[in-house]
Amino acid sequence: MRIALFTTCVGDTLFPAASIATVAVLERLGHSVSFPEEQTCCGQMHANSGYTEEATRLLRHFVDTFCGDEFDAIVAPSGSCAAMVEDQYARLARRSGDEQLIRAVAALTPRVFELSQFLVEELDVEDVGAYYPHRVTYHPTCHSLRLLRVGDAPLRLLRAVRGIDLVELGEADGCCGFGGTFAVKNAEVSAAMLADKCRAVLDTGAEVCTALDSSCLMQIGGGLTRQRTGVRTVHLAEILAAQEER
Amino acid sequence: MSRNEFADAARPALEDSQLRANLREATHTIRDKRARVTGELADWEELREAGRRIKERAMRHLDVHLEQLERTVTKAGGRVHWARDGAEANRLIGDLIAATGADEVVKVKSMVTDEIALNSALAERGITAVETDLAELIIQLSHDSSSHILVPAIHRNRGEIREIFRRELAGTEALSDDPAQLAEAARAHLRRKFLSARVAISGANFAVAETGAVCVVESEGNGRMCTTLPRSLITVMGIEKLLPRFADLGVMLQLLPRSSTAERMNPYTSLWTGVTRGDGPQEFHLVLLDAGRTATLRDEVGREALNCIRCSACLNVCPVYERTGGHAYESTYPGPIGAILTPQLSEFRKGASLPWASSLCGACYDVCPVKIDIPTVLVHLRGRVNREVEGYGGGGEGAAMGLLARVFQRRGSYERAQRLARALSRPIVRDGWITRRLPGPIAGWQSVRELPAPASETFREWWRSRPPEDKR
Repeated sequence: MRIALFTTCVGDTLFPAASIATVAVLERLGHSVSFPEEQTCCGQMHANSGYTEEATRLLRHFVDTFCGDEFDAIVAPSGSCAAMVEDQYARLARRSGDEQLIRAVAALTPRVFELSQFLVEELDVEDVGAYYPHRVTYHPTCHSLRLLRVGDAPLRLLRAVRGIDLVELGEADGCCGFGGTFAVKNAEVSAAMLADKCRAVLDTGAEVCTALDSSCLMQIGGGLTRQRTGVRTVHLAEILAAQEER
Repeated sequence: MSRNEFADAARPALEDSQLRANLREATHTIRDKRARVTGELADWEELREAGRRIKERAMRHLDVHLEQLERTVTKAGGRVHWARDGAEANRLIGDLIAATGADEVVKVKSMVTDEIALNSALAERGITAVETDLAELIIQLSHDSSSHILVPAIHRNRGEIREIFRRELAGTEALSDDPAQLAEAARAHLRRKFLSARVAISGANFAVAETGAVCVVESEGNGRMCTTLPRSLITVMGIEKLLPRFADLGVMLQLLPRSSTAERMNPYTSLWTGVTRGDGPQEFHLVLLDAGRTATLRDEVGREALNCIRCSACLNVCPVYERTGGHAYESTYPGPIGAILTPQLSEFRKGASLPWASSLCGACYDVCPVKIDIPTVLVHLRGRVNREVEGYGGGGEGAAMGLLARVFQRRGSYERAQRLARALSRPIVRDGWITRRLPGPIAGWQSVRELPAPASETFREWWRSRPPEDKR
């Protein structure tokens, strides 16, 4: 399959390891991965902060970048950026009143996927040949859970990883408190939500907390590191890319 | 940054460990119960969809249905009054009570009378309004305000309630904090009020245009006392509470109790149509209140908020509400639904910061019995506040957002910004984290979290450095 990687601005700038791992996993499975270099940001922060016009301009840029039919799928190592396309692009396009944009978005949206959902539901793969001998707990991020409905796809992938000790997170579906600009606009409420999430992670005894979103992991990891817990956050793609050294 | 009244109002709650414990216990208990009783229905999702459609149809032809309601209620012996806003409704209700000569009225728990501050308006005219719902009584006796739609005293535990009763109710010196004893003390106090009241005031959960029936659901029986014992009954309802057909109750009376109290059926469902000679109130007034509803209907996205049936399931699952409680919202309607109702009903004079009081986690949408897409409305209202309310959407934040959008719009400027951010942060990075506290909005982030630094090599730089044969 010809796959275009949508690295996301956060993944490109702050957490490239997750995108590098995504490329590794997809190529290991025999697919051709390309990286359209014009891509920047999907506009989620602008849309969710109420800057609709600005978000629509970034939507146009995204559509221009990925509209070509040389890709069978566009895959992002992020639930919330994939959900931005899935959930908000059609609405923003309608609001713009631009018929051509509405049609372009309708054609593009079905080809955009979050990584774990793509692997399990589109490629029908659960065992990607990974080896990760660590105690890991999985935090289901809100947008992957409630907008994309990834269900247990990430857990199926993790259960197939050799050497992993997967432990269940308590009150897993509770928000970590990131929420984009929410984490700075309502920093104290966000901190209270983060405190409970960190406590739940520590209660598992895991050495690694994983998720589908680098942004939520930035929140959880930022908290765990500030508290000097010794627990680290690792994107799911990096676990799936890890292999036994031969 | 824009003004943020919510963040300021949330602070006392966040720092109150007793309140946090009360809220956590209460919201988690009811959350789990709701999940159980909705999970046992095979057709729950179909019921939600039916509920959504009923409310959407009611709203689409609200003008026609309201006039029909006026006719059916009048024909059944009731009188219908129209109030443009809270002040008009309060004046009208005060006049109706004054005409009976009563100086004390009993009240069924009602959100809308809280919204229009009816009790204080009546007090100014020398009329005492006695709350008869147990939680509302606790709130009234402690001169407090409600913090939850369904459980107004959710922020109080039983020890605190015992103290309030011992202070305010006669003959309760020996009262324990046993819930049955607390309820008994309230019952003894209220029974005298029910038997002496000549006028009762209620809200309405539903009013049926087709038949003129008004419906109140409750758990304690106090509502039944109020709607049957006094000679006069005055019901106030927001115009959005209307249902077109009687059969619509068949859906709503399944959705509401399971979503609110997590019961299969609520203990008391009172339905009355006008006046029945020799049985119940002999005088019935229905006050139809606009108070921002018509203005809200004009917004094609925001109008969905009017579909709310006040079950409060969204409060109980909301991670923000769980930490801040209801008072932080400074509104009759707290939680996710309050965050989309309050600004709209006040035409953005109140609660402009509330659309941001959410991490957009979506838990509210998942449980809403009439499928109100609260996250989408929140985002939509953020846009409206930015464009329409002074102090929002402009200033430093607006400029920064505009600049970022321009930078992100072109690959060249985006890549330059990446390199600039890395260069600027290089002197203050250790192990991938920023070591210095930064000013502005970032300070809030860094108060409890480490801030990651831009990567030493961006993904696109890594991609370009791959050997050409690897790039397929």
